[in-house]
Amino acid sequence: MKIKKNVAISDSGFIFNPDTGESFSANPIGMEMLEMLRDGMDYEEIRKNILDKYKSEKDTVEKDYNDFITMLKQYNLIENDGQKDD
Amino acid sequence: MEKLRYERPLIRKLESDMPNKFGSRTEFLPKTHIDGIAVKDLINDYGSPLFVISEKNIRETYQSAKKAFTTRYPKIQFAWSYKTNYLSAVCNVFHQEGSWAEVVSGFEYDKALANGVSGKKIIFNGPDKTEDDLRKAITNDSLIHIDHLDELYTIIELADEMKQKPRVAIRVNMDTGVYPIWDRFGFNYENGQAWDALNKIMRSGKLELVGLHTHIGTFMLTAQAYGTAAYKLADLAIGIRNRYNHKIKYIDMGGGFASSNTLKGAYLPGTDTNPTFDDYAEAITSALINSDFEPGNLPLLILETGRALIDDAGYLLGSVISNKRLSDGRRNTIVDVGVNLLFTSFWYDHKITPAREFTHYVEDTVLYGPLCMNIDVIRENVSLPLMNKGDQFVIHSVGAYNLTQWMQFITLRPKVVMIGSDGKPYLIRESESIESITAYEKMPEHLKSFKL
Ligand SMILES: Cc1ncc(COP(=O)(O)O)c(C=O)c1O
Repeated sequence: MKIKKNVAISDSGFIFNPDTGESFSANPIGMEMLEMLRDGMDYEEIRKNILDKYKSEKDTVEKDYNDFITMLKQYNLIENDGQKDD
Repeated sequence: MEKLRYERPLIRKLESDMPNKFGSRTEFLPKTHIDGIAVKDLINDYGSPLFVISEKNIRETYQSAKKAFTTRYPKIQFAWSYKTNYLSAVCNVFHQEGSWAEVVSGFEYDKALANGVSGKKIIFNGPDKTEDDLRKAITNDSLIHIDHLDELYTIIELADEMKQKPRVAIRVNMDTGVYPIWDRFGFNYENGQAWDALNKIMRSGKLELVGLHTHIGTFMLTAQAYGTAAYKLADLAIGIRNRYNHKIKYIDMGGGFASSNTLKGAYLPGTDTNPTFDDYAEAITSALINSDFEPGNLPLLILETGRALIDDAGYLLGSVISNKRLSDGRRNTIVDVGVNLLFTSFWYDHKITPAREFTHYVEDTVLYGPLCMNIDVIRENVSLPLMNKGDQFVIHSVGAYNLTQWMQFITLRPKVVMIGSDGKPYLIRESESIESITAYEKMPEHLKSFKL
């Protein structure tokens, strides 16, 4: 699961996809997840980082992570290289 | 280090500046308290979902409506429209404020009597008054508003038989410039039906014609329609004076003022666009004052305002059951409030706000109720903060019609609490129990047992 290489992620919460010219915005946790994905972390690492920092539960994070990935796919922000999903 | 509050990750596409179908409104400002009581405590004590009514809001709204009229016209009387909300505690707030009762059925009539309204101060409207209803209303000297000729003839017969002179008015319908015309109730002004009925009443000599009534529609977005209607009723009143030397005592303009709700499909929120009490009052009272009534002899002006007096006082509290995605990627949220409790969600885009603080991040969401039916949509699209299972929310301005038109469907109807002017919560309607439903059922002997 990798963010497309040419997608630009700014510190202020904006995402730009030069392939399509589309811009996106994310909330702070969304930004953190995007950055972790860009840094190549897998789901286990991401979940651990989130749970270390935020008051939440494993199931909730898992459900929200999967939902977030669905949206990234829908928005064409994920590398389509046949990699395994996690 | 203390952990931070979690919020689900969100990414959304930035659209151009065109307002989209989700509208420009975002509803992330929380409503944490109602009249000083925390929403979460209310749900904790009385359950979710829960209807909450603010006594303070009713009284303030009533006073502001009253002021809009009394500052412009000498004789004003409100009559509480029972069908809008006939929980007795609600009716009695209006009666304490001075409202008479306006009813449209034998059931509502009995309810008003049971609440302690004297028969003389009950206005009996509607097309379906049974002979027994009419007898009762005549005995109690109530104000009977005649809807059709069959009713007029029945009342004349009853007056004969009972040797009493019933106090009556006729309901008039008319072209006010707003379409469709509500012409199925009462007698038409333009085509002469109204005059025909008035002549029959006056010539019978058996009824006392005390007033003229109209109800031109509901949620009327132009105040001027009321000016036109008031002018036409004044014209009839003056015609009766000229023809029969008879003065009617009141003109009843019915209900229909818009509340602060936003009609479905409206571009701007109702709070920005709907006429105010002052707008309606100005249109009605100037039409009456500028008509040919002698200045010292204006008729009493009766108003049967319903939704505009009670909508804002009502809240429906609920909780999130689950978040999902539709196949097209849209977020949907399932809540524990269905359209069976919120009939008005078919008319309005109700304002919905969370019951606690969230960040300003919002997501466009379809809000579904828990009924296993496709029509169960509370909001087709609303921008809501990132609420999760268990989070509580407040639906605003639900005081009108929901508590009379709600349906018992697959679950039991919830409690209703009134927050008193003293700031204390009072349970004014219990939640239903399985017994309250099955008590009305009867089981034929041969169906009482079975083997599986
Ligand atoms: C005769 C009559 N009066 C008053 C009302 C109250 O109307 P609203 O709630 O629109 O003010 C109604 C509602 O239908 C009505 O039929």
